[in-house]
Amino acid sequence: MISGAEIMVKCLQKEGVEIVFGYPGAVICPFFDELHNTDIKAVLVRQEQNAAHAASGYARALSKVGVCVATSGPGALNMITGIATAYMDSIPLIAITGQVKSDVLGRDVFQEADITGACESFVKHSYLVKDTADLPRVFREAFHIASTGRPGPVLIDVPVDIQQGEIEEFTYPEKVNIIGYKPSVHGHPMQIKRALEMIYASERPVICAGGGVLTSGAKPKFREFIEKTGIPVVSTMMGIGIMPSDDPQYIGMLGSHGRKAANITVHNADLIILCGARVGDRAVASPDQVVEHANVIHIDIDPAEIGKNMKTSIPIVGDMRNVLNQLLKDIDYKTPSGWIEQVTLWKKEYEPVPDRFDGYVEPKSFIADLSGMVRAKAIMCADVGQNQIWCANNCRLRDGRFFTSGGMGTMGYSVPAAIGAKLARPSRDVIAVCGDGSFQMSMNELATIAVEKLNIKIIIMRNTVLGMVHELQDKFYGSRYAVTELETVPDFVSLAQSYGIEAAYASSNDEALELSKNMLKSDKPFVLVCNVHPGTTSI
Amino acid sequence: MKYTLSVLVENHPGVLSKVSGLFSRRAFNIESLAVGITEDPNISRMTIVADGDEYVIEQLEKQLNKVIPVIKVRTYTNGEFISRELSLIKVSCQPKQRVDIMAIAELMEAKIVDVSVNTITLQFADTIERFETLTDLLKPYGIREIVRTGTVAIEKDSIACRK
Repeated sequence: MISGAEIMVKCLQKEGVEIVFGYPGAVICPFFDELHNTDIKAVLVRQEQNAAHAASGYARALSKVGVCVATSGPGALNMITGIATAYMDSIPLIAITGQVKSDVLGRDVFQEADITGACESFVKHSYLVKDTADLPRVFREAFHIASTGRPGPVLIDVPVDIQQGEIEEFTYPEKVNIIGYKPSVHGHPMQIKRALEMIYASERPVICAGGGVLTSGAKPKFREFIEKTGIPVVSTMMGIGIMPSDDPQYIGMLGSHGRKAANITVHNADLIILCGARVGDRAVASPDQVVEHANVIHIDIDPAEIGKNMKTSIPIVGDMRNVLNQLLKDIDYKTPSGWIEQVTLWKKEYEPVPDRFDGYVEPKSFIADLSGMVRAKAIMCADVGQNQIWCANNCRLRDGRFFTSGGMGTMGYSVPAAIGAKLARPSRDVIAVCGDGSFQMSMNELATIAVEKLNIKIIIMRNTVLGMVHELQDKFYGSRYAVTELETVPDFVSLAQSYGIEAAYASSNDEALELSKNMLKSDKPFVLVCNVHPGTTSI
Repeated sequence: MKYTLSVLVENHPGVLSKVSGLFSRRAFNIESLAVGITEDPNISRMTIVADGDEYVIEQLEKQLNKVIPVIKVRTYTNGEFISRELSLIKVSCQPKQRVDIMAIAELMEAKIVDVSVNTITLQFADTIERFETLTDLLKPYGIREIVRTGTVAIEKDSIACRK
């Protein structure tokens, strides 16, 4: 005989899971108890939301499904924001939650919450398991759904009696057969042909690269495509890292908080090729204006994204890597040199000049310098707020990655995501950049970092205000700073030290860079607190 | 414009809420939603009448297709399907009016399913347009209550075969 909890653990082993991020509770005890006897590492985070964020960082770093676990009721509910954050950024997650006994479901017993109901609109799929014998199929399907097509979180809610229930023997299904789930991964040949014709006819093409390029592992193919054609590239926030930041063909991030040159290029183009990008409102504020003068080829694995936000001339549904392969087979196109010159000119002309304040760290140039000092494959985790924009626009990525909560904009993402990333890629430099606001949303995770001895470097941009909204208030609310002044921020250096983590303050770029040198040499975690002037703007 | 969508779904608990949740979340306006098991007990069919332009209906189709237990989505175009709705209509009816209402019922092919001293209840299974005609005719007598199932629709084989 084999118990439900044992089956759950065996399923994880079958799926090659090595780490789960979680927090225990009464009705998930059978599962954790079984897990304890195995090679699968359980990382105890300090709040469930961070379990989901850490699993997200882990998933992104390894291109593998991340697993987070919580108990019923408050545990599951705390995890919601992390699940929704993963959903918006198409991150493959399995969220396992304990649930109260199935025979009392719906009676509002202690720590009961309808978590499958609550998560319905931001999971790719969810299961409430009603029979122990269903567990192998459910897990097999869940991993398949989370990791294929457009990836996303799948929730498995398992009542405690289902975990305790026993069946004769465990067999893991070899094949998945979900009748209503068959994602198309190859572009339609006719559409590929039409797309090529449209590219040939264009004089001012631009490629907008989004997270889908990274998700599908299409980065090398993508680079081949742009090298062959010479088409200039802009990226969305999720697409940062596809191109090395200093590549002459790369103009930068587009959008309301992006590079002006990138937006001007898009608005002057006669052809926009959207690659795994969903044209979110922060990326393109007025898609109707753009399509007035440009044709749009939209390549995405999710047909529902095509035409949702921007009118499309040629839709291509498929996995980015396959579609690029299909396009590369026949393409014979060189971007007109006049257009390339024009774009390069814009890029120079609109190079932003950072404003400096004496006695403070100027964050944009510091991030540029710091990201130049780390190793090529470094993982930069940016939080949400001004710090995110500073990183997005100034990080000098070579072959590294950029993790942030792009779609949902969830504050507190960077530190737990960095934990996941470091556990996934122990040999890479992992840097979390956050503000003093966002850091305080997940600073409890310093404990996890200390316990797991994770060599993560945390940069806190300390300006004692909630900078992004503060800036908004400057622009649109007559500088009335309603509820954006933090007034008291803890002494972050002492705080870190109390966890046994080294830390230091910097009040100038020279000082910050000097400290960074030493910080990067050490194999221990470090918190670098940069005093930043509250008047520093995001762009 | 009104569109009729026919959606095949796996017959699992929770599927209805997954589909209906979509409408509120994506701000789709639906007129009616009828669900029932098909010839295959593992599969249910939902017939949805939705209001919107082409963009809205295309989005609705695509979003429905993303729901994992949704097997197939078809939007019917005019003339290629037969649609019916069952309704029960309770009308005020004084004894001397009974003959008039019975005449309307006969004319419209509605069935009288209940009669009391002051009311008469009709059962009517037809298209929405015919339903509106019937209620227009009954309005002068005073409609007390209407219960409708929502539209169900099936493809016309005569047309499918010709294709």
